[in-house]
Amino acid sequence: MSDHSLRPVSSLWEFANPVRFMALSGKILPFVWVACVACLGVGLVWGFFFTPDDYRQGSTVKIIYLHVPSALMAINAWFMMLVASLIWLIRRHHVSALAARAAAPVGATMTVIALFTGAVWGQPMWGTWWEWDPRLTSFLVLFLFYLGYLALWAAIEDADTAADLTSVLCIVGSVFAVLSRYAVVFWNQGLHQGATFSMDKEENISNVFWYPAVLSMLGFGLLFVALVLVGTRTEIRLRRTRALMARASAE
Amino acid sequence: MIALLRRDLALAVRAGGGFGLALVFFLIVVTLVPFAVGPGQVQLAAIAPGILWLGALLACLLSLDRILALDYEDGALELIATAPLPLEAVAAVKALAHWLTTGLPLVLVAPVLGILLNLPGPGYLWVVVSLAIGTPALSAIGTFGAALTVGLKRGGLLLSLIVLPLYVPTLIFGAEVARRGALGQPLETPLMLLAGITLASVALLPFASAAALRVNLR
Repeated sequence: MSDHSLRPVSSLWEFANPVRFMALSGKILPFVWVACVACLGVGLVWGFFFTPDDYRQGSTVKIIYLHVPSALMAINAWFMMLVASLIWLIRRHHVSALAARAAAPVGATMTVIALFTGAVWGQPMWGTWWEWDPRLTSFLVLFLFYLGYLALWAAIEDADTAADLTSVLCIVGSVFAVLSRYAVVFWNQGLHQGATFSMDKEENISNVFWYPAVLSMLGFGLLFVALVLVGTRTEIRLRRTRALMARASAE
Repeated sequence: MIALLRRDLALAVRAGGGFGLALVFFLIVVTLVPFAVGPGQVQLAAIAPGILWLGALLACLLSLDRILALDYEDGALELIATAPLPLEAVAAVKALAHWLTTGLPLVLVAPVLGILLNLPGPGYLWVVVSLAIGTPALSAIGTFGAALTVGLKRGGLLLSLIVLPLYVPTLIFGAEVARRGALGQPLETPLMLLAGITLASVALLPFASAAALRVNLR
């Protein structure tokens, strides 16, 4: 085991080896946490206390520093689960399946945060907590997809069976999630403003809001990475513990 | 394939197969709606297409665990899996049998229940058409959900949790066709999208169902 991890890394796939993965993730995890806390701390404090109020929306605009990053991560988490599921189905790397599993609750939580902050923002802006607007509805549907995925993981006892079935569900679910997105747009044209952010910062938003928002988006991204790494490491350790216990009881 | 289809149909129609339960459920849902929202004719007419679609969808959902669970319990599914027929074809036949015993009767009974809900005149045709086009997708998606959960002891509720989000696009387009039909509005776009979803589901989902079945029968 130890001389295995001494070999120089020749391909990205070597990190599919749990020993390698544990060594590397253990090393980078503290840095990710520090960077995450720094970005979130600076971004949110800057955003909440040191930006001017919007001339039309007042101080309610500040919830954007939570709303936009969490919505972004809610979608990207599902996308990451899709990639991880494909890797598991094609190359059978256990770390990949465990990473998909670890990402699901984080993604579901991000979806709830986005929905909740959206409701809090929508109340003063649109005068209603909830509206069956395409974006809001798609997020609700995305949340249902997360719940189904998590429930399937929780219901199946055998780990490999669970990984296989949830991966299949993730792939089929992705197709239907995209379909639902377009169906919902067709069904109801909504209130929600178009995307305010794009990577080439354009005229929608001034620099005063842009920099803290980018920082908090980066912070949420790092938070997601950190939580997924912690979750995956916990799962790997759990499996090792179970294997050791099984071996001990067999002896 | 035909033998399997005959077998499934016979099992469903005979006593204990649960044939007709979905229809009774559909009837009960439609009966309960006026109690919940009030008997106003105008109000009922406005929501009738949506209620018919929702009732048919729920009736379909309730009958899903019948597709595979019984065969799994008595071991027939493993025998079918070892037969020369590929599992993809098995999944497709199972979906077809489910549609013939559940979807098709629901389509046929929907206009009768439409009377109870004061469905507007042109709506009858379009409710039937949209259900006839949409329910095969419900059966195909449902077979996929049943294949995912077939090995589980208490799979029923989980099955609903997994399948319902997948039903969203079908429901949206199907109910939209029925609603526009009832109001006499143009409905080509949702009709074509609904047909597209059904065709894609029927063509592709048996592969996903077969993949899930292979895992569960391993």
